[in-house]
Amino acid sequence: MAIDWFPLWLSLRVAAISTLLAAGAGLWIAYLLAFRNFRGKEILDAAVTLPLVLPPTVLGYYLLVVLGRRSPIGAFYEWLTGGPLVFTAKAAVIAALLHSLPLLVKSTRAALEGVDPRYARAAASLGASEWRIFHRITLPLATRPVLAACAIAFARALGDFGVTIMIAGAIPGRTQTIAVAIYNAVESGNGAAARTMVVVLSALALAILWLANRLSPRHVT
Amino acid sequence: MILARLKKRFPAGPDSAEFLLDADLRSADAVSVLFGPSGSGKTLTLECIAGFIRPDEGRVMLGDDILFDAPTGVFLPPQARRCGYVFQNYALFPHMTLRENLLFATEFRAKLERHRKVNEMLERFRLTDLAGRKPRELSGGQKQRCSIARALLADPRLLLLDEPAQGLDPTLRDELHDVLREVRAGFQTPILMVTHSLEEAYTLADRVFVYNEGKVVQQGTPAEVFERPANATVARLMGIYSLIAADVLMLDPGRNTSQLRIGDTEITGPYLPGKFKGDRVWICVRPEELQALPRDGRPLPNQFPVQLERATQRPGAMRLEFQNDLRADISRADYERYRHNKEWTVEFPSTTLRVL
Repeated sequence: MAIDWFPLWLSLRVAAISTLLAAGAGLWIAYLLAFRNFRGKEILDAAVTLPLVLPPTVLGYYLLVVLGRRSPIGAFYEWLTGGPLVFTAKAAVIAALLHSLPLLVKSTRAALEGVDPRYARAAASLGASEWRIFHRITLPLATRPVLAACAIAFARALGDFGVTIMIAGAIPGRTQTIAVAIYNAVESGNGAAARTMVVVLSALALAILWLANRLSPRHVT
Repeated sequence: MILARLKKRFPAGPDSAEFLLDADLRSADAVSVLFGPSGSGKTLTLECIAGFIRPDEGRVMLGDDILFDAPTGVFLPPQARRCGYVFQNYALFPHMTLRENLLFATEFRAKLERHRKVNEMLERFRLTDLAGRKPRELSGGQKQRCSIARALLADPRLLLLDEPAQGLDPTLRDELHDVLREVRAGFQTPILMVTHSLEEAYTLADRVFVYNEGKVVQQGTPAEVFERPANATVARLMGIYSLIAADVLMLDPGRNTSQLRIGDTEITGPYLPGKFKGDRVWICVRPEELQALPRDGRPLPNQFPVQLERATQRPGAMRLEFQNDLRADISRADYERYRHNKEWTVEFPSTTLRVL
């Protein structure tokens, strides 16, 4: 029987979009955590790390409460677009985003902190604003490790299962990502399809991690 | 005019003892030098002035502007201080060419003016042909010139240099000193620099601040500081003095003399205001101020018998090292003549003897 490749395609798209969103938010959070001192910094740090340690069911539950059709946000979204947010591909993106953000923030923060602080000091003494220092000096000097962090976040987004199934469901052809599809294939006794998808997903993840390793320089100069 | 009164405490860490910076300096001179051993708080002082580090107490003023004032909580960020900073490893942005590095410092200027200023500066620092290169393609001396040019382009009101000669070979060191003299002549920017090289402090400084263990232990013109160290600690820091303990036997203000005893030998020195009979003092001499002779019969006045421990080659002379950390220079010909002699005397100058 032919294997339906829609789940892989969906997963790649979901992972790509969620990585872009995570990169935007993550870079900003990582910057705050790395270079700013403010009240509640520890709390922000803990909150961002939380998805790494909570069971996916707990995260999924929270998301259902916050984004579900009866919640204010879910209702507002439905009023705005005419359709619900949960159990759509968009919900899968949110699931993947939440799943990959902690890792992205952690590695991006390390990448930014790995840049010799003397460059930022030199730029500051030349009158450059914090923003200019960040986007002209610190970020360009951390490009490779930040890209590596994004690659790892992408790989992680690709593999989300628990949160996705709770808030996006497993609607074939609509919200069934590859991780969910593998589960369904095993459940329904379709061993051949499960095996193929497992091998493809593993190879893909391996390739991405290899790329990420190549991107992480042995030392940041 | 720069004024800095700084206090900053660093608690003891797993591999460091507690350190207290408690420095007080004020200078209106063109080139001021912070001189002292590593770890005495010189660089920390620069970082506090530049605004990279916030002191616990004190105040920093540049001209009439307050950069930092602890009681009122004023702490300007580095951006607002207009202090050019030349880092020990230059800190040129590695992802930018030399020209881009310089342009980065001029972004507050109008576009046309930026390029004109950068070209001017490239010319002035003999960097025009290298403008397209990345820092890693430049030599140490070139990087340093670029780093100074970059700092000057931001129109600083004070130029801070952290150990600029560190790691440069003697030729490049001379070149750096020339560059700094040019900066001094061509720009109105006062310079505050850190060094642990006595020679550098002497050749460049108008005013020297001697640091030891977080404190300014002496300040003055290079001649004042290096010819008349304030105390034994300062003299030791300079590394050029031998210090010999002596006791005051007699003081004669009438004849402007004193009688001192080193071990069993009595020597005559100048009158010592502020000292008393019986005081323990330090005789502080440089190798070139001592005259070493092979011992021959009874020592003459002011001669001190010593035993030769070692002789080392110096440029143009031999340095004889005796016990008590006494050192004296003699010509190579004299050394060849007396090299097998173990017993020597050194003669102290009586009227110019430095006693601390």
